[in-house]
Amino acid sequence: MHITLKIYRFNPEKDKEPYYDTFTIEAGPDERILDCLNRVRWLKDSTLAFRMSCAHGICGSDGLTINGQTCLACQKLVKDYDYNNGITIEPLKYFEVIKDLIVDLEPFFKRINSITPPTTSLANAEPQKERIQTPQERNAFDDALKCILCACCYGACPVITEQDSEFIGPAAILRAQRYIFDSRTANPQMQLAVLKKPHGVWGCKSYYMCTVVCPKNIKVTAAILRTKKKIISEQQSNQQ
Amino acid sequence: MIQQYDVVVIGGGIAGLTTALTVAQNNCRVAVVSKVHVTRSHSVAAQGGIAAALGNEENDHPEWHSYDTMKGSDYLADQDAVETLTKQAPNAIYLLEHLGVPFSRNKEGKIEQRRFGGHTKNYGEAPIKRACYVSDRTGRAIMDTLYDQCIRSGVTFQNEVYIQQLLFTLNYCCGAAGYDIATMQPRVFHAKNVVLATGGCGKIYKTTSNGFASTGDGFALALDAVLPLEDMEFVQFHPTGIYGLGILISEAARAEGGVLRNGLGERFMESYAPILKDLAARDVVSRAILQEVAEGRGVNGKDYVFLDLRELGKERLAQKLPEITSFVKTYLGIDPSEAQIPVAPTCHYIMGGIPTDVNGHVLADTLGAVLPGLFAVGECACVSVHGANRLGCNSLIDLVVFGKRAGLSIISESKTQSLPPLPLQTESTVTDKINNLLESKGAERVPPLRERLQYLMTDQCSVFRNHRGLENAMRQIQLLKKNYLNLGLTNKFKIFNYELQEALEFGNMLRVAEVIVYSALQRHESRGAHFRSDYPERNDKEWLKHTFVNETPTGLQVCYKPVVIGKFAPQKRSY
Repeated sequence: MHITLKIYRFNPEKDKEPYYDTFTIEAGPDERILDCLNRVRWLKDSTLAFRMSCAHGICGSDGLTINGQTCLACQKLVKDYDYNNGITIEPLKYFEVIKDLIVDLEPFFKRINSITPPTTSLANAEPQKERIQTPQERNAFDDALKCILCACCYGACPVITEQDSEFIGPAAILRAQRYIFDSRTANPQMQLAVLKKPHGVWGCKSYYMCTVVCPKNIKVTAAILRTKKKIISEQQSNQQ
Repeated sequence: MIQQYDVVVIGGGIAGLTTALTVAQNNCRVAVVSKVHVTRSHSVAAQGGIAAALGNEENDHPEWHSYDTMKGSDYLADQDAVETLTKQAPNAIYLLEHLGVPFSRNKEGKIEQRRFGGHTKNYGEAPIKRACYVSDRTGRAIMDTLYDQCIRSGVTFQNEVYIQQLLFTLNYCCGAAGYDIATMQPRVFHAKNVVLATGGCGKIYKTTSNGFASTGDGFALALDAVLPLEDMEFVQFHPTGIYGLGILISEAARAEGGVLRNGLGERFMESYAPILKDLAARDVVSRAILQEVAEGRGVNGKDYVFLDLRELGKERLAQKLPEITSFVKTYLGIDPSEAQIPVAPTCHYIMGGIPTDVNGHVLADTLGAVLPGLFAVGECACVSVHGANRLGCNSLIDLVVFGKRAGLSIISESKTQSLPPLPLQTESTVTDKINNLLESKGAERVPPLRERLQYLMTDQCSVFRNHRGLENAMRQIQLLKKNYLNLGLTNKFKIFNYELQEALEFGNMLRVAEVIVYSALQRHESRGAHFRSDYPERNDKEWLKHTFVNETPTGLQVCYKPVVIGKFAPQKRSY
């Protein structure tokens, strides 16, 4: 069947302003939106730019805005949309557009990279045994491990897109939360310190949009709230 | 732009990051150069686990692991390398654990282990729990941990840079050159040591579990440097790809109790592998599936069978196989606790690659001459520990054990090394090649040519092969190479020009495909993943040897290298 894609276009080598381009392609209802984008690029317009890699929702390359909703293009099928009325594809919000659907992810990775794992002096170490961790302790941070760094939560977060562009953002807090709640982290002060800074975890206003759009169904807001609670209870115990 | 480092790693999957981290923690200046953002590397798609004889669930020994790996390899792996792998595997797991990998845990709080295809106790007696895992996102969890540790250790990431050539001064590898995908500006990395960690080439097949980036770039870089490729005829087809899409359903699904059923509902693996059944080695299971299909027992007469996970139940699926459950729901609209999953073999992994020794040094010939300054690790390397067929979970452990070993040998050797000078005009060589392609005005386009190659390889050079098909494939590849010379690019822009990148990648894919077909054509026997219907038996007398193929001005050239045999002499292989 024929479907029509309305795609956000901007080529800095020729365009002054972004615009929308419309393509009609052949696609089946069970095909991925990513398949449709490839069809456009391979058959209609070789200049169309977008990122992709694994094509099944584990590498996190193709976070986009489809019909206004932030998601992964490889996880959405044609039939997920009212395709008779066309499907609109735009880049992730918040980030600066470099070309077409490609955004500058530098601000995202800078935040992720600010969360470092606990110290391990492993230069030449040869650990002879694992550290013990009970299944309960391990499960305390299981949800955060699902994160694929697709940055969809940044594109959907009302705080970072509209109120505080410096906000550290959901995925980075989740990354910190993963180490803070890992029983093997002897002292999570380093991870907590990043979150306590201005534009840190307190920037979150619990709009729950990260949770709504997360392609891996992570309860992101709940994880952020848990982190806030942890900081408060630490402060209280320090005061006593 | 020319940048200097002690070490440049090309490719940022688990092998590349392990090497990078090892050298960075020993104060080397290291850059990881990747054509995607490093966190998108295909190691993230590894699901089921990583093998090591920890003995956390039941008694286990590295020697049993060696036996299984040798048998899995159909005795083509080098036994000394296999022993290195299995002996160092437990420490590699402990290292990962201490780095922060969040392994799933058993009741005692130890790393939990589960069964996996071809892994057995007491030399083939029964399945053993040897696979350590992080639910069914083991690769993702290891990647994330290594990435964070690399950031902490000061590794520089050069994301979205496409490497086109290795640089040599005299016979010494002293860097790599390519361009920035975001700007098309040339980028030159000048380094004492270069590590190839570029992964596999699944994209030369129509149906594959591999991502778009798996185009065999590292193999082509090696061929350009007049290096041989080893055992390239051995391409693994994973038995359970989602039908049509090729997306991987981990062997863990069968390890947790899933079974394969044919169109009649029969559990057919019982007749192909009476002891291990659904957990036999991958080559055996893939052949069995296609045998069922060929004999008319596919589902609805079609070319697939069912993977039945209904026995596991919702709770176990959610706990042990959450990613798989969600893939199946997203792409097939199926709840695996209620309905069976249509599956068929999917191109998954290449056992062959750039020949190396156990310390990651790239070997320039069958006699073991080392090419100074150049290393290869991970799927692009052939140590060889996988021989003619890799066991599940042996890939991830290979990445970590040999990734680390390469890092350690770089450290010990680079103390006495000085930085060799760069060859002249490296930047303009890169620019010239790009400009030639950009200005090409031929009538051919990459997408239809690539599709032809992918269908060709799937039809003629996958699970079952024969002389006629392979000969035909060789001829077709020559035609495709001619067509490639008549390429025309329509996209002349510099910023994120993927048409250009795909043209470069397709050039690599063609060369790698040719080596695979050529190697397969020469090997007149069936061994592991290489099954010749015109030579259906293994022939140890003539073929217990590694294939080495070189590109020469007059075409491909083959020579052979003896297999290192140890305590496990080749035996008849049955599961």
